[in-house]
Amino acid sequence: MTVDRRVAIVPARNEEGAVGGVVAEIRAFDPGLDVVVVDDGSTDRTAEIAMAAGAYVVRLPFNLGIGAAVQTGFKFALEHGYELAVRLDGDGQHDPAELPKLLEVLDRDAADIVVGSRFVNGSGEHRGPRTRRIGIVFFARLVSALTRQRVTDTTSGFQALNRRGIAIFAADYPHDYPEVEATVMVHKHRLRLVEVPVRMREREHGESSITVLRSIYYMLKVTLALLVGMLRAYAVPSEERHP
Amino acid sequence: MTPVRISIAASIASALLILVVLELIRGRRLKERYALLWLVTGVVLLVLSAWRGGLNTIAGWLGVSGYPPAILFAAATLFIILVLLHYSTVLSRLTDENVLLAQRLGLLDERLRRMENGPTENRPSP
Repeated sequence: MTVDRRVAIVPARNEEGAVGGVVAEIRAFDPGLDVVVVDDGSTDRTAEIAMAAGAYVVRLPFNLGIGAAVQTGFKFALEHGYELAVRLDGDGQHDPAELPKLLEVLDRDAADIVVGSRFVNGSGEHRGPRTRRIGIVFFARLVSALTRQRVTDTTSGFQALNRRGIAIFAADYPHDYPEVEATVMVHKHRLRLVEVPVRMREREHGESSITVLRSIYYMLKVTLALLVGMLRAYAVPSEERHP
Repeated sequence: MTPVRISIAASIASALLILVVLELIRGRRLKERYALLWLVTGVVLLVLSAWRGGLNTIAGWLGVSGYPPAILFAAATLFIILVLLHYSTVLSRLTDENVLLAQRLGLLDERLRRMENGPTENRPSP
């Protein structure tokens, strides 16, 4: 057994065109980094392609949504004793070459969770539909106010976590746009969150399926969830209680 | 006072409701906690149907003078809203449990595949 076991969690749904490349890229970046692809009820060959590329594959029997899929990855990491987990999307928008920026922070124990942000230090503007940008700015402001910490990119799924972060998210993780609520959870659990600037690529395959009405609906829903989240009693995972 | 024929018809309908609930319990198609709820509902309806002066009397207690059946509608609406709210909580719980089961199934399925393939197989190869 190696000293420091690390795993990359890749949620993927119907990403047969991109997932093979993503897995291969992560493996090429660091062969010591295990890869687990969480196949969220794909109807295409996502699982087979990910396996052939050398990933562990957890197949969910039907579509659970991004939050539950990512949480499955954290459960996998917890149960298999990984000390560190990184998260990259299955569509290839997160470049493994940017991982060292995230890992460096964890390696010197300066945070429990590190988020790759497109906006901190003006590291680059992500072009996209206006509603999406409005949502990103809106949630950045709201979350910053709630957590009294400057957060610039609350929708980034490009993250790295230590064992404490893994344990908490394995026990309890939100559903739609989970990163927004998760940021508040992190604050509630008194974990240290640090953002580092990263570059992200345009989606390689597929289109983001978010329309204006849906954006508004999700903004209302997530805002409500955030405000309720501030009042919620949190389930503290056993690892935190008995360190 | 409720006309006799309406009273009889309503009583028969209420009795039928109780019979249907009993039949569902007998066939184990209704959990006990819901069975009790619907049995009580049936009995209340039966009492209101058979007791012809009942609605007027109860309306009198509550100070409803214009149209006594209004209290029936008000009570029924409140009851239905409460039942629906309860169903929402049940649905939420079932959804959460369903997610847990699906995740567990996926994780166990992965473990099983790994064991069947042997300890070295299916391990990411460099």
